Amino acid sequence: MKKFFLIFVLNIFFINKSFALIEIDITRGNLDPLPIAVSPLHVDIKSENFDDLKIKDLGENISKIIENNFRGTGLFNPLKKEAFVQKPDIAHLKPRFEDWRLIKAQALVTGKLLIIDGKLKVEFRLWDLAAAKEMTALAFTTTPSNWRRVAHIISDKIYERLTGEEGYFDTRIIYVAESGPKNERIKKLAIMDQDGASTKYLTLGNELVLTPRFNPNNQMVTYMSYFRNMPRVYLLDIETGTQEVVGNFPGMTFAPRFSPDGKKIVMSFAKDGNSDIYTMDLDSRVVERITDHSSIDTSPSFSPDGKFIAFNSDRSGLQQIYVMRSDGSGVKRITFGNGIYGTPVWSPRGDLIAFTKMRKGRFYIGVMRTDGSGERLLTENYYQEAPSWSPNGRVLVFYRETKSGLKGEGFSAKLWSIDITGYNERRLQTETDASDPSWSSLLSK
Amino acid sequence: MIRSLIYSITFHSVLVLLTILSLPFMLREPIDLPPIVSVELIQITDKTSIPYAPKARKIIEETKKKEVERLVSEQAPPAAKAKEKPDRIPLPNEKKEEKKIVKKKQNPEEIKPEIRQASEFEKKDIVDTNQIAALIDKAKEEEAVKQKKEDKITQSSQKNSFATGLTLSQEDALRAQIFGCWSVPLGLPYDEDLLVRIKLQLKKDGTIMRSEILDHQRMNRPGQKFYKVLAESALRAVRLCQPLKVPPTGYDKWKDLQLNFNPAEMLKG
Repeated sequence: MKKFFLIFVLNIFFINKSFALIEIDITRGNLDPLPIAVSPLHVDIKSENFDDLKIKDLGENISKIIENNFRGTGLFNPLKKEAFVQKPDIAHLKPRFEDWRLIKAQALVTGKLLIIDGKLKVEFRLWDLAAAKEMTALAFTTTPSNWRRVAHIISDKIYERLTGEEGYFDTRIIYVAESGPKNERIKKLAIMDQDGASTKYLTLGNELVLTPRFNPNNQMVTYMSYFRNMPRVYLLDIETGTQEVVGNFPGMTFAPRFSPDGKKIVMSFAKDGNSDIYTMDLDSRVVERITDHSSIDTSPSFSPDGKFIAFNSDRSGLQQIYVMRSDGSGVKRITFGNGIYGTPVWSPRGDLIAFTKMRKGRFYIGVMRTDGSGERLLTENYYQEAPSWSPNGRVLVFYRETKSGLKGEGFSAKLWSIDITGYNERRLQTETDASDPSWSSLLSK
Repeated sequence: MIRSLIYSITFHSVLVLLTILSLPFMLREPIDLPPIVSVELIQITDKTSIPYAPKARKIIEETKKKEVERLVSEQAPPAAKAKEKPDRIPLPNEKKEEKKIVKKKQNPEEIKPEIRQASEFEKKDIVDTNQIAALIDKAKEEEAVKQKKEDKITQSSQKNSFATGLTLSQEDALRAQIFGCWSVPLGLPYDEDLLVRIKLQLKKDGTIMRSEILDHQRMNRPGQKFYKVLAESALRAVRLCQPLKVPPTGYDKWKDLQLNFNPAEMLKG
């Protein structure tokens, strides 16, 4: 009985004690980008010269690329280097956290590099300045000419560590480079790093090219070309430069896209004013008809699991977006809003579909859930279309045409990116006018 | 069987009792009632005793009425002394009269309890009682006015202070300070389950002695990258914010704090 009484008393004591804890809910915070200091990478004095590389500037140049990547996300605020209080080599060994905190930095990137025996060795560390501890550290060895990619890979690793999401910096964008007047437009396939550097032209511009798309391992590109005035879907190997026609269709094929496993191409085939969706197996070359409707079905896009295809069709009168199983069954309309919907693209995360919408003469880029609910229009303009997802499903790249000249006689097409939150709209730097962008997956994956 | 049943019933009753006594919502509810006035009055009664005040007034009036009689009774003792005269043999009639007189005398031992009580009041005390009674009445009025003036915020702050040990303004100051320090990771997806609870042990000056993420095991589980990022950002906020804006007093109440970081509202927008 005494024991019971004791337990009773202890219970009361501890229960009352537990309620004494003060709890405060923090539901709001600071929405400013995270202040981050990117210290120039320290160049080891043992480093040897390599071709035309300016070894002394390499550490500085790598840190600049990292900074640019971070600034472009809208999530980070790289601090000015003039305010830095510690030399790169010492900071990389052991930062004086209190000094870095003084300049309001919350995270610090340090690193060092060494070129020896024709190889570039780079290591970097990410520091949490508030906790005064290292968050991540990695080292790479590659050929020195790959130094830009090293900067992008470091950016990806830091981005992933600080946001929990995969990065998208070590990626490329393929697009149609445009030049010349509108009636004699020269269109070439071009490829560049996501930050606009290292542009290469894949075709000469003798024929019109449209809608290039990467395959999942970024080695192949499928696109539409008017080669010999026959609009057809082609396949291009980026490394070797070899091209081939996809399938032997007795008519126009267009709007191609790879399946998530890269084994099939889904596209539209138009004949006698009707257009339907087909797939072709790249190994067996077997062609399969997916839709069979008297309307125009086009712009097919696989879901990341390969089970569904989103496409647009005018079967209801106006062009709207539909979703069906990858075998063509279970067709379901998902857009019912006012206006015309087109170019559906399934997010790599699988949760959203990006689209172009036209309403009252204005063009919008938007996203919605895969059942058509939760439509959000991210950006509006005179003419813009063809959204393409970054590999982490966080950013969209698209192209926008704007009138140029005082009387609006000319026009200019540029690539733009926008965060799926609708913030951080930015123009991508391209050497020429550009359209139809397609974002690759991570190259280092 | 019966014995164990008895044990079971007893133990369950104890549990139910514990629950009733200790559940916070059970404790908080009565605070919505307006018991503040009565609490104040209890403090005053320690000095003056409200229930006795009207009675005391009544007694004082009775005492005043009987003042004359009291004066007579005060003169009675000399008459008693006369009775004690040994040299005089009273006549039978006189004896009767004397007896009557004796009956009229106010013998201290025969005095009624009421009168005895009244006699215990000194004049000074009586005056004070009236004044205090008046003060009580005044205090009552003032309290009523105060109660009217008191808005909900004051009441809720009392409720809040009862529940947390900090007043609403103190809690708001602390919250606002952490709002400013917390860089919410904007890349996080909207997820209702993203709640990070951090338990802090503070020094008197508001600096952090110890910080602990409750459910920190979750940080290292696969697929919990976003939780990890959020937890780290919350810890960063707390460390950057120190010393926290804590009240100068009541250290025992706030030395242990729990901060619940929930970005759901922000990420929704």
